[in-house]
Amino acid sequence: MTRDILYFAWLRERIGLPRERVETDAATVAELVAELKSREPRYAAAFADMAAIRVALDQELAELDAPLGQAREIAFFPPMTGG
Amino acid sequence: MRVRLQEAPFDPGAELAGFTGRAAGAGAVVSFTGLVRGDDDAQAPLIRMVIEHYPGMTEKALDAIAAEAASRWALSDALVIHRHGPMRPDEAIVFVATAARHRVAAFEAAAFLMDYLKSRAPFWKKEERAGDERWVAARENDEAALARWRDASG
Repeated sequence: MTRDILYFAWLRERIGLPRERVETDAATVAELVAELKSREPRYAAAFADMAAIRVALDQELAELDAPLGQAREIAFFPPMTGG
Repeated sequence: MRVRLQEAPFDPGAELAGFTGRAAGAGAVVSFTGLVRGDDDAQAPLIRMVIEHYPGMTEKALDAIAAEAASRWALSDALVIHRHGPMRPDEAIVFVATAARHRVAAFEAAAFLMDYLKSRAPFWKKEERAGDERWVAARENDEAALARWRDASG
């Protein structure tokens, strides 16, 4: 299925783009991350430490092992530092 | 209950005066202002801070956090202002005000709002110093701060 992947903060900088559209068979966040990491070294480097990564599915925070379901927009980012 | 996300600077004093003026009958108003921290002895002076955010999710998260505060405490009003984009040392980044009949609800709701804004709203701070740009790391006690509200809810 076609999904939009968004990257923020240092993930965006390491991968070198803010968003991309991918065609993927991944069923879970973890499978999608594995697929991205296998593409190119910059993805592997960006996703090297999953403890430092958060994910949102259609703009709702989710767990890293969550099923992707029908989510159209999947965002990866570091822990938030607002306030 | 109002939430504002904006790039432009704001005047916390004017915001508080306006909020207090609308809080007739409340009995208690609490406010918090977060500022861009300037000099730190251990590092070169801060030139500017840039806050990145996730348009769309940010607005939803701020609305959800404000709605959660309103459901937990009997607030007559609340205001949250959060900036994004570039800002200078000592400028206000975030402002929270709460109004309630009694002070405990106003204090607790303001603290709750700030704790949740820090680690559940999609903002990321980057500090720019002479010859150095660095993303601010989340602190472990930011997560710990949320735990006390979960415990309190039972």
